[in-house]
Amino acid sequence: MTTSSYYVPESSYFPIVASFGLIGMAAGAGGMINHMSSGGVGYAFPHLVFLVGTLLLAFILFNWFSKVIIESRAGMYSPQMDMSYRWGMGWFIFSEVMFFAAFFGVLLYVRQWAGPWLDGQGDKGSSHMLWPDFDYAWPMFNNPAGADLPGPKAVIDPWHIPLLNTVLLMSSSVTLTIAHHALRAMHRGKTIFWLAVTVILGAIFVYYQVLEYIEAYTELGLTLDSGIYGSTFFMLTGFHGVHVTIGAFILFIMWIRICKGHFTPDQHFGFEAAAWYWHFVDMVWVGLFLFVYIL
Amino acid sequence: MFSRAWQRLSSVVLGLVSAPAAMADWELNMPRGITEVSQSIYELHMLIFWICVWIGVVVFGVMFYSIFKHRKSKGAVASQFHESLGLELLWTAVPTVILIAMAVPATTVLIQMYDTTNSAVDIKITGHQWKWQYDYLGEDVGFFSNLSTTTDEIYNRTEKGENYLLEVDKHVVVPTGQKLRFLITSNDVIHAWWVPEIAVKKDAIPGYINESWALIPEGQEGLYRGQCAELCGVQHGFMPIVLEAVTADEYQAWLDDQRAGKIAEAAAALGDFSYDELMVEGAEVYARSCAGCHGTEGQGMGSVFPALAGSPIAINDMAGHIDIVLNGKAGTAMQSFSAQLSDVEIAAVITYERNAWGNDTGETVTPQMIIDAKK
Amino acid sequence: MTTATASHDDHGHHGPAKGIMRWVLTTNHKDIGTLYLWFAFTMLLTGGVMALIVRTELFQPGMQLIEPEFYNQMTTMHGLIMVFGAIMPAFVGLANWMVPLMIGAPDMALPRMNNWSFWILPFAFGMLLFTLFTEAGAPNFGWTFYAPLSTTYAPSSVTYFIFGVHMMGISSIMGAINIIVTILNLRAPGMTLMKMPLFVWTWFITAYLLVAVMPVLAGVVTMMLMDIHFGTSFFDAAGGGDPVLFQHVFWFFGHPEVYIMILPAFGIVSQIIPTFARKPLFGYASMVYATSSIAFLSFIVWAHHMFTVGMPLQTELFFMYATMLIAIPTGVKVFNWVSTMFRGSMTFETPMLFALAFVVLFTIGGFSGLMLAIAPADFQYHDTYFVVAHFHYVLVPGALFGIIAGVYYWLPKWTGNYYNEKLGKFHFWMSFIGVNVTFFPMHFVGLAGMPRRIPDYALQFADFNAIATVGAFIFGFSQLIFLFILIKTIRGGEKATDQVWEGAEGLEWTIPSPAPYHTFAEAPHVK
Ligand code: HEA
Ligand code: HEA
Ligand code: HEC
Ligand code: CUA
Ligand SMILES: [Cu+2]
Repeated sequence: MTTSSYYVPESSYFPIVASFGLIGMAAGAGGMINHMSSGGVGYAFPHLVFLVGTLLLAFILFNWFSKVIIESRAGMYSPQMDMSYRWGMGWFIFSEVMFFAAFFGVLLYVRQWAGPWLDGQGDKGSSHMLWPDFDYAWPMFNNPAGADLPGPKAVIDPWHIPLLNTVLLMSSSVTLTIAHHALRAMHRGKTIFWLAVTVILGAIFVYYQVLEYIEAYTELGLTLDSGIYGSTFFMLTGFHGVHVTIGAFILFIMWIRICKGHFTPDQHFGFEAAAWYWHFVDMVWVGLFLFVYIL
Repeated sequence: MFSRAWQRLSSVVLGLVSAPAAMADWELNMPRGITEVSQSIYELHMLIFWICVWIGVVVFGVMFYSIFKHRKSKGAVASQFHESLGLELLWTAVPTVILIAMAVPATTVLIQMYDTTNSAVDIKITGHQWKWQYDYLGEDVGFFSNLSTTTDEIYNRTEKGENYLLEVDKHVVVPTGQKLRFLITSNDVIHAWWVPEIAVKKDAIPGYINESWALIPEGQEGLYRGQCAELCGVQHGFMPIVLEAVTADEYQAWLDDQRAGKIAEAAAALGDFSYDELMVEGAEVYARSCAGCHGTEGQGMGSVFPALAGSPIAINDMAGHIDIVLNGKAGTAMQSFSAQLSDVEIAAVITYERNAWGNDTGETVTPQMIIDAKK
Repeated sequence: MTTATASHDDHGHHGPAKGIMRWVLTTNHKDIGTLYLWFAFTMLLTGGVMALIVRTELFQPGMQLIEPEFYNQMTTMHGLIMVFGAIMPAFVGLANWMVPLMIGAPDMALPRMNNWSFWILPFAFGMLLFTLFTEAGAPNFGWTFYAPLSTTYAPSSVTYFIFGVHMMGISSIMGAINIIVTILNLRAPGMTLMKMPLFVWTWFITAYLLVAVMPVLAGVVTMMLMDIHFGTSFFDAAGGGDPVLFQHVFWFFGHPEVYIMILPAFGIVSQIIPTFARKPLFGYASMVYATSSIAFLSFIVWAHHMFTVGMPLQTELFFMYATMLIAIPTGVKVFNWVSTMFRGSMTFETPMLFALAFVVLFTIGGFSGLMLAIAPADFQYHDTYFVVAHFHYVLVPGALFGIIAGVYYWLPKWTGNYYNEKLGKFHFWMSFIGVNVTFFPMHFVGLAGMPRRIPDYALQFADFNAIATVGAFIFGFSQLIFLFILIKTIRGGEKATDQVWEGAEGLEWTIPSPAPYHTFAEAPHVK
């Protein structure tokens, strides 16, 4: 370990502008949502605030990452700096794992405890007095509130789109690994090809996911407000879908960078970080397929 | 207000100076309570308390000994020892043993507290913003219980009574010598039903029922007061509980009374009421059930609780007025009063609201109109 | 706390920029540390003023000053601001200043992200505080924001509250990752993990807790948002959810959170006591293991906040036992501190006084925690002032005294000047008296049956409440002495030596006082 050449950047305007962007997004989204829910309560033009905030943040993140890339390609980063990015990315992914863990925990709780209690089983079984017509089953087609809060008519069949999506994501992990090996072996053309395949597989996944949502809303009556089944279903798959989208976008950036001739066989952490992220998103899908769709 | 504040301040200062004497009538500790469970809890509490005190005495004793003896100004020279496996094992092991000694009685009491089987009386308790509802299961008796302390007392306009904030219009009456089972739930947000003397505190969760129990020994008849113990909104501090323990015979008599009262009430609604009668009754009902949120003069409170004085609904839209009082408005604190108030009371309060504070509609709402609206 | 005067005169190569932009754009760990500390202090005063409003209302029975509606907003904002705005940022500030100095690193590992972690905070709290001035009013559902009070029945400002929490979460996670990476990757040669000062160790573990639980908090507020605005049923039994589920997820975050607020203080005290006892810390290794055990246990005890929500008996027992276990590693720490003092050669400068008060008063708070952990007894304690007394004992003379002790301890290193010892001692004694007069009586009113979060109370609780209010004002105004001392020390005073304290050991005491703007550009070698 040597710290003698550790790169400490000059002062930077990125963070403060990014903070302005973030508060714009937060305050704007807050205002928009309040407008939506209570028809006009709140301040004027939240959309504008949100838009400006988002653009500002996007602009800064773009510049920020460009700067990092430039610094990196200028050889300002020691192997130790590289290590810092690795640890940083690793623990960031861990925090994402915990985020999903919270939602999986919720799923476990409602299926294992809340549902049966409302149906009169177990320690809080007397709750059934309040919902005499409720029978618990998962998937939950009937909610405790009965007709006041209709449940889904049907749920997604795991062996159609979800299975296909599983195959898509699994193979995208494989193609990504092929691309990675190619990059290590300095086969630029091969890397570009397989990385493109990966991004396309991701995009197709998202496309099918959208189809699935449309089917859920228009045909199955499976919606956010169809009770706890819909709630957990859309939150878990929705956040996963967002992550796939982000992941595919990052991979796409990596693809551009490779086309531009960035990265060397032993210096390509940007690519690796994107790959870690992609594999993580993949693992989450396996959990989803198992616990949300099949079981 | 200020002079009173000074009075209090000086009495506090005096109290501190003459501490021991003044302490005597201050309540310092958990009540021992009147049930077997509450007393076990009290014993447990004192046991743990004294164990902690003694650990504290030893630990702080060593510490203050060092502070006084091993100070540089006394010429103490620092020794350099910095570990001792034996000692460290010892002070891992000893607390472990102490903790086990605490866990055993704690487990016993907890198991006892969870045994709600074989009850003689089942009472369903429902929390509302901000009052309690009691239903005696299988007895056809049920009612609401509201804070009866007046706003004048709360806002320091009159002397505060002895049971300030701990008094209600209807006590929840229970027999002694019989096992009571409480089925606790809520209609809106989470509340918690707590009577310290019987050591029952259970959260009232909307949509779920929690069970708890108590057995008040014979000879312990009396009034026992408690409060809501979970933040439930603006008036969380104003929803007390008064439990009235009576003998089994008195309890049966009370149940009969309640049933008779209900029949009489229904019959009364079919009678005739004059505008003046309704206004008098309405003013009373308003002060008891509505003023807490809508203000004593119908002026409302903050941005959440609308004023009724001058409100279009209270001047023009009579059907809407009756509807909101009967059915409440979902998702707001405005609840349905159709079960809480009798038809006469509802008619009276609406009449009152449509004629008080400058809402001079001159209209009378009769109980019959309420009965019709309920259909 | 700033080095404004000091940092001009050293070294030619890149020094700080001039004027306000220095602070806005900085990537320097010392500047960022200073920003965090001043921000935290501002929030302490803001949250403190809210506490004083609460205490004034509670001075005597009856409603005097404010309406119940506003009272609830005050307690909620007080809790949120103290926890997320005062204590946590203060610790991050200390970490920023001291961790690189203690491990011989040139700066934090990711300096630009470091700046971003900070600058998110003023915006997030600005938004939160702004809701006070809106028609709907600020959040009023307690800092624990239990559903459905915070969902179906919430004021519309809850939406901003939710996004505010998201922003704080982003800030904390980035800050924590930065600290982890710095410690893992930027230690000077020879600085093995088991040679790291305990402050670094405790922060290392705290950072893990943060990375693990802040996302869960983000998750739970997101579910709230969905329940409020998008019709989901997470916390609504009508659709198959459960309000208690909210509490499980919240406390899975919340309990580790309270240790996040105490572990760094453990670290600070473990630095200070050996210095002023002139004797090595007793049981270094067991301190490290104890801290790790506390962190591990903190993940499996959350439901001790929920003993009365009606959980199955076995669950209740499990959480009771697990909670009780925490007394063992915490005890190890207390015993180690006492043994460090034993046969030392002690002096009692202000940092030491605060550290000693910490040991005694935190332990008292720990004892009441242990009493709360006894589930059957908690049925009587829960949601009374006994709980309020417990957590203020661990948070005020615990976390806050730890921070104050650390500030006095390192202030000469930061500014190059000694603070005025007489004033420091005055500040200590006023705080010590104030804190006990405020919070000790709360044990009694709590046991006697006064619920928490009520704006008005029955007559038998009057006397102790009046005493507590008097204490709160004593304690509150003592903090103005602190402010005075800080400003005075920054502007001048007796010059500090490099070592500052006679018994101080560690890398941070080998560099000049005030610490130059850039330190350890060349890594030192640690034997
Ligand atoms: C810094 C913050 C902090 C810390 C360190 C602690 C430490 C502990 N807390 Fe506390 N707690 C809070 C902050 C904290 N708490 C807050 C904020 C709340 C309220 C939240 C809310 O509702 O708003 C709360 C509430 C709370 C409750 C819920 C009460 C209720 O709502 O009904 C419980 C219950 O078990 C509890 C227990 C404990 C225990 C067992 C410890 C232990 O870690 C203490 C261990 C220490 C010791 C025991 C002393 C030293 C040990 C020895 C000298 C060894 C020998 C001792 C023995 C063998 C006894 N705490
Ligand atoms: C994290 C740390 C923390 C700290 C440091 C404090 C500090 C204090 N707290 Fe608080 N408190 C909490 C965390 C904390 N609290 C939490 C989490 C809750 C639960 C909230 C809930 O129920 O949801 C709570 C709740 C709480 C209550 C219970 C309210 C209720 O249940 O109804 C009370 C009541 O007395 C109280 C009092 C105080 C007081 C008097 C202080 C004092 O130490 C404050 C000292 C005062 C100052 C430091 C101010 C100094 C400033 C000045 C003197 C004026 C200067 C003026 C200007 C600059 C303009 N707190
Ligand atoms: C727990 C608080 C509470 C109590 C008690 C209460 N109300 Fe209300 N009331 C509300 C709230 C909140 C609203 C506003 C609902 C909304 O958002 O539209 C309301 C609205 C109303 C309205 C409609 C006013 C308007 O202008 O829209 C009437 C009429 C009314 N209440 C009558 C009563 C009567 C009669 C009683 C007593 C029998 C009563 N309320 C008791 C909280 C309460
Ligand atoms: Cu009901 Cu508090
Ligand atoms: Cu806890």
